[in-house]
Amino acid sequence: MSTSTSPYAPGEHPDEKPPIGQSGLVNWVYTNLFSSPFNIILTLVTAYFLYKILPPMFNWMFFDAVYVADSREHCRELNSGACWGFIGKRIGQFTYGFYPHELRWRVNLTFLLFIVAVLPVLWDNMPKRRLMLWFSALFPFIGFWLLSGGLGLETVETNKWGGFMLTMVIGVTGIAVSLPLGILLALGRQSDLHIIRWVCTGFIEFIRGVPLITLLFVASTMLNYFLPPGSNFDLLLRVLIMVVLFSAAYLAEVVRGGLQAIPKGQVEAADAMGLKYWQSMRLVVLPQALKISIPGIVNTFIGLFKDSTLVVIIGLLDPLGIGRASLSDTKWQGLSTEVYVFIALFFFICCFGMSRYSIYLEKKLHTGHSEE
Amino acid sequence: MSQTTDIQGPPRQSFSIGKIWTDKRTRGLVIQLLATIAICAVVLYLANNVVENFQKLGKPFGFSFLQQESNYDINQTLIEYSSRSTHARAAVVGILNTLLVAVCGIILASILGFILGVLRLSPNWLVNKLAYCYIEFVRNVPVLVHILLVHGILVHSLPKPKQAIDVADSFFLTNRGFFVPKPIAEPLFWAVIAAFVIGLIYAFWYRRSARIKQAATGEQSPVFWVMLGSIIGLPVLVYILTGMPLAWEIPELKGFNFKGGMALKPEFMSLWIALSLYTAAFIAEIVRAGIEAVNKGQTEAALALGLPRRRTLNLVIIPQALRVIIPPLNSQYLNITKNSSLAIAIGYMDIVATIGGITLNQTGREMECMLIVLGLYLFFSLTISSIMNWYNKRLALVER
Repeated sequence: MSTSTSPYAPGEHPDEKPPIGQSGLVNWVYTNLFSSPFNIILTLVTAYFLYKILPPMFNWMFFDAVYVADSREHCRELNSGACWGFIGKRIGQFTYGFYPHELRWRVNLTFLLFIVAVLPVLWDNMPKRRLMLWFSALFPFIGFWLLSGGLGLETVETNKWGGFMLTMVIGVTGIAVSLPLGILLALGRQSDLHIIRWVCTGFIEFIRGVPLITLLFVASTMLNYFLPPGSNFDLLLRVLIMVVLFSAAYLAEVVRGGLQAIPKGQVEAADAMGLKYWQSMRLVVLPQALKISIPGIVNTFIGLFKDSTLVVIIGLLDPLGIGRASLSDTKWQGLSTEVYVFIALFFFICCFGMSRYSIYLEKKLHTGHSEE
Repeated sequence: MSQTTDIQGPPRQSFSIGKIWTDKRTRGLVIQLLATIAICAVVLYLANNVVENFQKLGKPFGFSFLQQESNYDINQTLIEYSSRSTHARAAVVGILNTLLVAVCGIILASILGFILGVLRLSPNWLVNKLAYCYIEFVRNVPVLVHILLVHGILVHSLPKPKQAIDVADSFFLTNRGFFVPKPIAEPLFWAVIAAFVIGLIYAFWYRRSARIKQAATGEQSPVFWVMLGSIIGLPVLVYILTGMPLAWEIPELKGFNFKGGMALKPEFMSLWIALSLYTAAFIAEIVRAGIEAVNKGQTEAALALGLPRRRTLNLVIIPQALRVIIPPLNSQYLNITKNSSLAIAIGYMDIVATIGGITLNQTGREMECMLIVLGLYLFFSLTISSIMNWYNKRLALVER
């Protein structure tokens, strides 16, 4: 094709608007909803389905809902939808469990400090990040002291902890402790030392082979047998240990995937440069391996956060435990849907947020070297 | 190559204590030795504690308690069981219940997951986004909340048996469970089963010989229709010829509840539904990733070779997608099996609720009961993953 007959110099042709029907709303609707007979049927069926499902759902959740009420009967007198008044009455318990009323400020303060501590970890352009990271490193101790008391603060037994606060404690501790442990396990499984490798492999496969709930049962019933007679330690601590071990085993497998994806030449190059094992791991292999395993790591964290609900089965009062306890109140019986939908929304917001952050992180760390 | 030049190894170094740590090999040996000693010490310490604790509590260790009467009832059993049966039988009932919900869950979750995954790839915006919203919402809520929510809805929102939702006068939905007709085999029914088995064997034999024939001569046989005919057609034919030797026991309302038929208890239903809906969301993402992983050039090449759409899908896309799908699918199947242990939250009597729950509490044998439960789950997990690994190996790309 020759362009010599064109009245415009090459590259000078003015942009023309695409023809009508090839762009804009009409085209979008056509290509995305009505491009073929099958597509039209699919669209219509889905639209009908949504029409049948959505209005009743929204009516139940918002328009017919009762936001302030004294009992279930009262709710039903007022309107036919969800009885959020129940949640409103119990919101304190849902958040703090049975933490003493006058000491709840300590939980709030810990939560605020937690946000301050976690910001520099997540946001790397933060001003004065170095200084803030020191605070993040100190936060676990400050948080533990604030929540449990001692050293001048009134002690609060961990069996009074509950609600979303307990979920956050289990989730945050689990995430913070299990990541380093998981990395160590993954390195152990890849190690050249046979015994280390066998022990790590055996541990990982055992933990991954059994459900978390059986491990929690072990923590609550069997663990005492393994300790010197007469010793007994806090149930929450036992549960935390189990949760950490559980998610460390899953993390180890995720990290191992990342380690296996790093070409052997990287380790050999590091060896050739005279780096020792830990140096080559810390400076060369792990930064690359962790970067590719971010989606898996965050997924494991989300899993851990969701699995923290299982503690209700061995009697800790996480939101589900509070919900079940509240449902046994005769004034409010039969409102299980409201309770579980409310808890589901809480978890959805937290976990969805985490998965969005992981997508952001992936994009940020994507340096264009991977095989795309 | 018999040239023997004087290649000398590194000069032999004189032995010294400091070298043990600087030489890579001896250092490895030392670390392993230390690790072995440490592990042995920890194991001995724990074992010692266990022995001391048992002595102090005056408890014997042993599994003889499994032969004692269990003294508790189980509301849904696949085999005969009463409160007079032994703990061992209760454990078996629990295992069967776990397997039942796991197998049912795996089947339903796979079906739903594949449908959702395909919908997620649909060019239709509405369908695509609907599937997306479903998947994101379900994935980000704990499975225990799903189970309790579904259980709550089934128990509180479905009508009592008297006002049961009636489907075709034989299926009844109530808050006491779903009642469905129960098949009762009459004597001649064995003929139908025999026909099915024969049909199955013939179908696979036919498929094999058709393949050999195609490889040798290039002629194709109507494999699909012959397999359909022999697996389904033959038993149906025998069934009709022998005079339909299968009766259905329809559930009937008697007093406050339904009698007869098969009852699916609300505990089982809610566990099954919740586990399937939850896992389906994960499977959908796996399926989507698997199909997207197949290069578009593959489809184009197949079409360019003149393969019709359906064969392109069957022979080119699906085999390659499956290779990506199987390993993560395997771990989802394991997850269903392990998550079925949450049954205890709603009172479905699976293995954790029987042997790890009531038996444990009645006999006080924490150690033995937990060992049984852990061992069984390990056995299930290893079995499922080895089956899936075998299947995966068969599908794997044979490389040079």
